[in-house]
Amino acid sequence: MRTLQKIGLIIFIIGITIFTFSPFIGSYKVTDDILKTGLSEQQYANLSKKLNEKLVGQTFSFAWQISSVFVNEYELKNEEFKSKEEWDKVMYDNPQEVALSLTKSSATGFYATNILLFFLLSFGFGVLGAIMYFLPDVILLGPPGIKNNHIYRRPSTNRGLIAYFVFAYLIGFYILLYFYPAQLTNQILLVDPLSLLLNGNPASRWFLYGVLYCTVMLTMGVRMYIKYRNNKYQIFRTTSVLFFQVAFAFLIPELLIRFNMPSMDFKNAWPLNYSFFFDWNIDNLLNSGAIGAFMLFWGIVLTLIIVPVFSYFYGKRWYCSWVCGCGGLAETLGDPYRQHSNKTLKAWKFERWIVHGVLVFAVVMTGAALYTFFTNQNTLLGIDTYSIQKAYGFLIGSIFAGVIGTGFYPIFGNRVWCRFGCPLAAYIGIIQRFKSRFRITTNGGQCISCGNCSTYCEQGIDVRWYAQRGENIVRASCVGCGVCSAVCPRGVLKLENGPEQDRIIENPIIIGNDGIKLNL
Amino acid sequence: MENIVIIGNGISGITAARHIRKKSNLNITVISSETKYFFSRTALMYIYMGHMKFEHTQPYEPWFWEKNRINLIQDYVETIDFKNKSLSLKNGQPVKYDKLILAVGSKPNKFGWPGQDLKGVQGLYSYQDLLELEENTKNGIKRAVIVGGGLIGIELAEMLLSRNYPVTFLVREESFWGNILPKEDSELIMRHMAEHHVDLKTETELKEIIPDSNGRVKSIITNNGEEIECELVGLTAGVSPNINFLKNSELDLDKGILINEFLETNQKDVYAIGDCAQFKQHPKKDRKPIEQVWYTGRMMGETVANTVCGKKLAYNPGHWFNSAKFFDIEYQTYGWVFNKALENEEHFFWQDKTGKIAIRLAYDKNSRLFHGINTYGIRMRHHAFDK
Repeated sequence: MRTLQKIGLIIFIIGITIFTFSPFIGSYKVTDDILKTGLSEQQYANLSKKLNEKLVGQTFSFAWQISSVFVNEYELKNEEFKSKEEWDKVMYDNPQEVALSLTKSSATGFYATNILLFFLLSFGFGVLGAIMYFLPDVILLGPPGIKNNHIYRRPSTNRGLIAYFVFAYLIGFYILLYFYPAQLTNQILLVDPLSLLLNGNPASRWFLYGVLYCTVMLTMGVRMYIKYRNNKYQIFRTTSVLFFQVAFAFLIPELLIRFNMPSMDFKNAWPLNYSFFFDWNIDNLLNSGAIGAFMLFWGIVLTLIIVPVFSYFYGKRWYCSWVCGCGGLAETLGDPYRQHSNKTLKAWKFERWIVHGVLVFAVVMTGAALYTFFTNQNTLLGIDTYSIQKAYGFLIGSIFAGVIGTGFYPIFGNRVWCRFGCPLAAYIGIIQRFKSRFRITTNGGQCISCGNCSTYCEQGIDVRWYAQRGENIVRASCVGCGVCSAVCPRGVLKLENGPEQDRIIENPIIIGNDGIKLNL
Repeated sequence: MENIVIIGNGISGITAARHIRKKSNLNITVISSETKYFFSRTALMYIYMGHMKFEHTQPYEPWFWEKNRINLIQDYVETIDFKNKSLSLKNGQPVKYDKLILAVGSKPNKFGWPGQDLKGVQGLYSYQDLLELEENTKNGIKRAVIVGGGLIGIELAEMLLSRNYPVTFLVREESFWGNILPKEDSELIMRHMAEHHVDLKTETELKEIIPDSNGRVKSIITNNGEEIECELVGLTAGVSPNINFLKNSELDLDKGILINEFLETNQKDVYAIGDCAQFKQHPKKDRKPIEQVWYTGRMMGETVANTVCGKKLAYNPGHWFNSAKFFDIEYQTYGWVFNKALENEEHFFWQDKTGKIAIRLAYDKNSRLFHGINTYGIRMRHHAFDK
């Protein structure tokens, strides 16, 4: 069994190594045809001369050699237009994105002609190896129960060297994905066949991200099913997030593209889906007939009615732990790191400022975007509304949600984004705190203050603080993952929905001591 | 302002300190030689198993004590001068008190076994015991023998097995925790122990511990004459009050520090609570004079805080309850269920097909009055039994 695990680990490492180093085994040949089809007419007219000189006809070993030349020429040309104040000639596309389409179509040689083979060697080996690593745990970990042995004794889950390596790897990946996608040309090529199959187009970087996201969640989902097989609630919510990720976040949006409809993740509610009310999105939906109108209607109903109503009945967990994609990744890939969330009072204070700050930012930005949509005015109080969107997209959408949100898993815990950054979580949190039937009860006097609940709370709630006082836990940040209840050795914690009355106990006493009465 | 001094920073002492602070402005000092900050003793096992680090077992952040003006001293109290109301410490200056609360806890039992003080022989109660266990097992061991079949014993077995050290478990009774659990209940736990590869030897007692040439444990001999090679012996045959340093003082002692229903000792303004306290007569007639349980320690702390703050209060615990976890099986009990049905009492026992989930009810044969319940793998609501 242990041998099987070791072989699995080796296969996994081979898979991920091939995936990571695939940019080093390709070759790229740019032709004039590629420029013609890859560039817009305007871009071709502006850049073809220089690009022909510097790129066409040559063979390159790395995609960045092409993208750096292209981006450089693109920016030089734009600066030239700007200095001449020829504003109508300035090109407004993202040069990185255009560069990616060039590098993708210029890929040639063994790698590019054997994509399926490399797909199997990277994705196939990665998944196979990981499954081989997880499955023996059914036997090795012993009878069903809480399986937290050695978490603080292993460098991978105790902020050791391996954890820092994963930390750096994830951050690096997100930076390339968001800002230098051409560097990921060969990885994106891997999923081209799947993309053609699903949506009919070659793969974009977001398609690669979607495939990776689903693959990682499903694979780590297997680990969840094994680790928490004693606990029905954990099995239920793992199944639920896997379903919503694969069907709602991935398959349905891709198929919508195939049928020439606007793509939409129907479960992704504003303000997490921060671009929903941007003028281009609303225009796009309004120009797409009945389905577009329905999508617009659905998006508004989701945020204004469905989210608050469900949160009233079930608390935040129905979204954050059962449905959400960010939560889904946190609960699968992030589960081995859940213990690293900061439980100090200081962290809680910081959390309240920053998460509600992001919510305010999202509301202001959306307000400005709607102002632009209705009035066609691009400036509000002297500020360009598009620049607010751009700032939000960069700071919150990319850096906070992606680079920090996932990259920080191995060191700061798996819910950094959900706890400190997600504006939707802030919104639902306010509902959960003030108007909801959800609470975690603490079963009278049974708590022994051991600290398992607080340690394994991914949201950094000091659960024990409440449990040892016999007080219900009603906190805005609780995502209802149920792990505090699972790890409690004394059956103290229970996630419950019930009448709002007495949900928050102002002056708790611990029962079991008849000498102590309230207001004694 | 009166000086309240508490010796011991376990659950009893710290609960007393917190509740005194809630009710008053008195000066509070807590002295402990074990650790600077309060930690949960029951969580020591999880540190060894790698579920938590030591700091996770501390329920309050360091700022808590300063904010609540609870003065912490890490030192060992050597003697108490009850006449002059003064404590002498091993390292620091003497400490004066106006009221003194003794919450000094207990220590693992040693019944005079030959070799009980050898290297590699230890109990599991204090933070120091945990450090010693780490030291004793740092190079790995081939086998451990645990003596005494109760809650700490099974926890120690789980700890050692988490690191794949084989465990032999000696139990004096016919079955595990047989002086508390009825037969079927005990069998359920024993099946589960076997599933976790515990080598359980019932009706077996420790006779002697044999040293090697370095004064380290080499093997043990049982009362059946069997010799078992091992590199660690865990002595977990219960605990007794930690009162050696109080012997030969004016304090009235028996097994523990003798107290009345107000938790008062025979010395003026001196109280005793928690594991170390022994009621001359327990205020509830169904309860034992010494109860070494987390929950009762906490309740005594709550109670004594009232008395110290001028609202004299008798100790009056509600219905008995307790809980534990045997490897993966959670156990809860409310009311009284004894290992054998009392006269006039009947037991109802049910277990599921897996043999891991069970309920036992004890009730009066004639009046059908409910006496108590044991549950395994089922979580019960405390409020339902606290009426």
